Amino acid sequence: MDFNKKYTPQTWPDHPEQVTLEGKNKFLGFWLFLGGETVLFASLFATYLALKNKGPSGMEFSTNTLFELPLVFIMTMILLTSSLTSVYAMYHMKNHNFRGMQTWLAITVLLGLAFLGLEIYEFNHYVHLGFHYGQSAFSSAFFTLVGTHGLHVVIGLGWIILLMLRNAKRGFSLYNAPKYYTASLYWHFIDVVWVFIFTVVYLMGVVG
Amino acid sequence: MREVKVVSSIAKKKGFGATLWDYLTTVDHKKIAVMYLAAGGLFFVIGGIEAMLIRIQLAQPDNDFVSAGLFNEIITMHGTTMIFLAAMPILFGFMNAVMPLQIGARDVAFPFLNSLGFWLFLFGGIFLNLSWFMGGAPDAGWTSYASLSLASPGHGIDFYALGLQIAGAGTYIGGINFLVTIINMRAPGMTYMRMPLFTWTTFVASALILFAFPPLTIGLFFLILDRMFGGNFFDHTMGGNTIIWEHLFWIFGHPEVYILILPAFGIFSEIFALFSRKRLFGYSSMVFATVLIGFLGFMVWAHHMFTVGLGPTANAIFAVATMAIAVPTGMKIFNWLLTIWGGSIKVTTPMLYALGFIPSFVAGGVTGIMQAAAPLDYQLHDSYFIVAHFHYVIVGGVVLAILAAVHLYWPLMFNQMLSEKLGKWTFWFFFIGFHLTFFIQHFLGLMGMPRRVFTFGADQGWDLFNLISSIGAAFMAVGVIILVVNIIITVVKNVPAGNDPWEDGRTLEWAIPQPVPFYNFKQTPLVRGLDTFWIEKQEGNKEGMTYAEPLSDIHMPNNSIIPIVMTFGLFIAAFGALYNGEKDWAIPVIVLGLAITLGSMAVRSIKDDHGFHIHKEDLMNDKGGK
Repeated sequence: MDFNKKYTPQTWPDHPEQVTLEGKNKFLGFWLFLGGETVLFASLFATYLALKNKGPSGMEFSTNTLFELPLVFIMTMILLTSSLTSVYAMYHMKNHNFRGMQTWLAITVLLGLAFLGLEIYEFNHYVHLGFHYGQSAFSSAFFTLVGTHGLHVVIGLGWIILLMLRNAKRGFSLYNAPKYYTASLYWHFIDVVWVFIFTVVYLMGVVG
Repeated sequence: MREVKVVSSIAKKKGFGATLWDYLTTVDHKKIAVMYLAAGGLFFVIGGIEAMLIRIQLAQPDNDFVSAGLFNEIITMHGTTMIFLAAMPILFGFMNAVMPLQIGARDVAFPFLNSLGFWLFLFGGIFLNLSWFMGGAPDAGWTSYASLSLASPGHGIDFYALGLQIAGAGTYIGGINFLVTIINMRAPGMTYMRMPLFTWTTFVASALILFAFPPLTIGLFFLILDRMFGGNFFDHTMGGNTIIWEHLFWIFGHPEVYILILPAFGIFSEIFALFSRKRLFGYSSMVFATVLIGFLGFMVWAHHMFTVGLGPTANAIFAVATMAIAVPTGMKIFNWLLTIWGGSIKVTTPMLYALGFIPSFVAGGVTGIMQAAAPLDYQLHDSYFIVAHFHYVIVGGVVLAILAAVHLYWPLMFNQMLSEKLGKWTFWFFFIGFHLTFFIQHFLGLMGMPRRVFTFGADQGWDLFNLISSIGAAFMAVGVIILVVNIIITVVKNVPAGNDPWEDGRTLEWAIPQPVPFYNFKQTPLVRGLDTFWIEKQEGNKEGMTYAEPLSDIHMPNNSIIPIVMTFGLFIAAFGALYNGEKDWAIPVIVLGLAITLGSMAVRSIKDDHGFHIHKEDLMNDKGGK
């Protein structure tokens, strides 16, 4: 397999991420990895639910008083939109439109950065209220669950930016198509986890 | 694209430096297998020495051979080393050496990750064992229950949590790699229901690794955060809950015992068929039983926690689920017996181990069912009965399988035969010693001796049985020493074993010319049924294989030094984490270590790695050889 072969939109395969054996392996291996990641987050969610609102006697913090839904709602919308824009990017990859893909990925990155900025603001706000990492079992569980997701966002952004820069000048090949594809899978996974965080941590925390 | 000439079949003598560099950078599954075997073997010896120290201390009442504190460190390190650093890596070694050959693949799906997984395991293990020289080893038992481990002074537990985190990441990567290899890389005709049992058990064990290791990762992170970064997951005065650790640990820990025993079952399935010179009896039911055991393995973790107080309903559910596992396991036992039945049996060393395994493992299984009854478990819990039980399944199952596999696959991995005579001596010493050590511990448990005590009184009536147990341990040690002597003699003699060394090989790995070429198969084989090599031999095919493709260029992966650099970064970062809050340089060291790891990941991502091609003409001239 010649990885550097140039394709045109006509010769470009329907599933460029799965043409080579390496691509097929990456595709499957990454799905399996996400399976393991799901169990990882499930463990964090279970711990959070067990430790929610638990702290030293007389603790004043609880999910009802701490969380502010409007901010979290905006964050949710931003991240959901970024998932949609990454779908557009993959759509353009299938159609062999490199500039289209890079543009939509850039928008995805910007939305991801906006989300990250708001999350940092949110965490900072809590710490100023006195709800810092070591304040209680509740604070540890909250920051670890949401923070692990935030760390995934950072890694996802770094990965996508690196891919965009590395391939900016050379366009598509069967070598980098699986890389783009798995990065976008990762981004979707981050989004799905956030949907659960929004529901289990914030919605159930305020109204549940 | 880079191109290389195949090194001629006349082995060129390489300098020490070149050989070392070759192993540090290799992505060849066969070389990685050798490294797993060597490193795992070394840790096996370390864990064995720890076991001997335990038995010396307990050989007589009121002994002061080691102090109580040191005894706790020794038992903790014995368990942790044997499970994470000896049994699993050695099995990974055999999986690496054998599985790709069994399915007709030229390498695993991710050769780079294969190398990374090995280095992570090795550096994690080294990190854990450095605790002996840096202020004391972990001392809260291999289960490291949070109520104990949070109270443990010094850095022992920190070494445990960080070391296992690094080693565990390697295992997780290895699991994904094996899964993808088996799903995507099978040769034409190698359908799922034609896969040899060792490949099947590797497959299911890898799936267990995929889903069982993340809970351990999270549990260890909580421990790290609580001890080093001010978290409060397990501290009840801050609202934490120590039972969370027990759940996370056993959600990992129970599947872990199946991660160990399933490949052992696979090895014995290969041995029974090979040396009974008969097709494995009930192949489909064996596959079914393997998958079912893997599935049920996730449903039973709370049977380790019957005495925690989860309530009668939870205990009943987990008791029933636990007993249910006996059904597929029993299916396997009967299938093995019926494989031997009417076979033309050759009692070689591996076959001896297989024959010894059945009664030993059944004994361990039966005591397991006894403990599955929750009310009885209240009596047995934390006694020597438990110690006897899990050594019967782990030593009687996993270790016997490992020793059998060392003899069975040595000619495949090194093109040399271990001495059968010395092999049988090893077996008898080890087997008799094993039963002598652990059988009597059942009765010590029933007499009330609790596990993990560093000594006992002369008036408690446990002297004689403990002495017998210690004598048994010495027998096992002699067995292992004979094995080491056997290996040294074999390596020094270096007599080539040749093709199909056991003469009755049934599966593809025995069809390859020895020594195995680094590209494994010159042409991808066509698999025409279960036991494909046997079929070819029966039909008089001298080559032992039918080919699925004409001779053509072979694509191979490039070697890389990046995996070891990546691992080294984590190794450095772990030292920073260890001293967080204590030394000023802690945070900078963490940052430096992570920067090395992330930086090498970025290099890996940016630098294209297309591998290289071996040309058809070179292949035709190559008569085999490494």
